Amino acid sequence: MTKPWRLAILLLPLLAFIVLVGFLLRGLFSDPTELSSALVGKPVPQFSVPDLYDPEQRYTQQVLSGKPMLLNVWATWCPTCRAEHAYLNQLAADGVPIVGLNYKDDSREKAVRWLNTLGDPYQLNLFDAKGTVALEFGVYGAPETFLIDAQGRIRYRHVGDVNERVWQGELGQRYRALAAEGEN
Amino acid sequence: MRSFCTTLFLALSLLVALSPAAPAAYAEDIEVYSFDEPAKEAIFQELITELRCPKCQNQSIADSDADLARDLRDRTYLMVKSGASKQEVIDYMVARYGDFVHYQPPMTVATSILWWGPIAVLAGGALVILVRVRTQRRGEVELTDSERARLAELRKAQQKDTDQ
Repeated sequence: MTKPWRLAILLLPLLAFIVLVGFLLRGLFSDPTELSSALVGKPVPQFSVPDLYDPEQRYTQQVLSGKPMLLNVWATWCPTCRAEHAYLNQLAADGVPIVGLNYKDDSREKAVRWLNTLGDPYQLNLFDAKGTVALEFGVYGAPETFLIDAQGRIRYRHVGDVNERVWQGELGQRYRALAAEGEN
Repeated sequence: MRSFCTTLFLALSLLVALSPAAPAAYAEDIEVYSFDEPAKEAIFQELITELRCPKCQNQSIADSDADLARDLRDRTYLMVKSGASKQEVIDYMVARYGDFVHYQPPMTVATSILWWGPIAVLAGGALVILVRVRTQRRGEVELTDSERARLAELRKAQQKDTDQ
C-alpha cells in the first residue's frame, strides 16, 4: 500500500469523529418542539366557523385568500399569546393583514374582552371553540402563525410568539417576498 | 354515584346518537370510548398507542393527558366508529401533523440512513478486513543480501542440529 493511502485510512476515524461531533453539536442547539407543518405548499383546509364577535356570521376557507396574509392561532389561556399581542398590533398598524383564529378558548366573552383591552390586530376573528379547524391545520399549541399566499396556499408555519427577531427572520422575509410578488 | 354517572352518560350519548347528524363538535365531551364491534375497538386501541402526541413528543396519544392528545383520541374514536380503516386514520393524521405523528415513520430519502446506515457500516468493516487479509497473504517480503546470508547460515546450523 502506498503512503498517501495509508494516511487517508488512518485519518478516516478522526474524520468520522469530527462529523459525529458536528452532528451532535447541531442537535444541542436545535429545538425538537419546532416541527415543520405537513401542510406547507397545500391549500388551506376547508372549514366553516363563526365570527368571534357575532355568532350568526360564518366564514369559510375563502376568507384566507386574495392577498398574502398571516393566520394567527391564539387563546386567552396562552401566556405567550399575550406576549406577542403588542407586536401583532404593531404589524397590523404597518399594514400586514392578519386573521385571528381563536383556539379552544375558555369563553367567547373572555376572548372579546381580551381584544377590547389589548387591541384587535385582526382583520377577521374566527372562533374555533372545539379546536376542529385548528386540527385541520395541524395546530398543536398556541400561538402558531401561518403564512398564506394570495392563492390561499399555506407557505410557512411559525410555532411560538411573533416578535421583532422572528419578523426579521424567515417568517417576515417570506411575507415580504410574497407581498413584493403581488405588487409586480 | 358511579351508576348514576353511567346512566347519565348513556342517556346523553343516546341523545347525541338520536339527534340528526350529530356534529363532530361533540367530540370534546367523549368520556368513555365504547364500540359496537370488538374489531373496531381493537383498531382504536392499536391506533392510540401508535399515534404520537405532537405536543408532548414522547408519549402516545393513549398515554398523554394533554388537551391535544384528547382531541386526537376523540377524532380517532369518531373516525373508527364511523368505519374508517386503520390506514385511513393514520393517513388523516399524517396529512395534518406530518410523519412525526406516527410512531412507525415511512422510509423516505431522509430516513433511509437509519435503515441502510448500519448495513453500510458492517459492509465497510467487512471490506477493510478482507483487504487487509488479502494484502497480508500476498505480501512476500523482500530480503536484503545480508539477511539472505544470515538466513542461509541459520538453515545450515539447523541442518546440522537435526543431523546429529
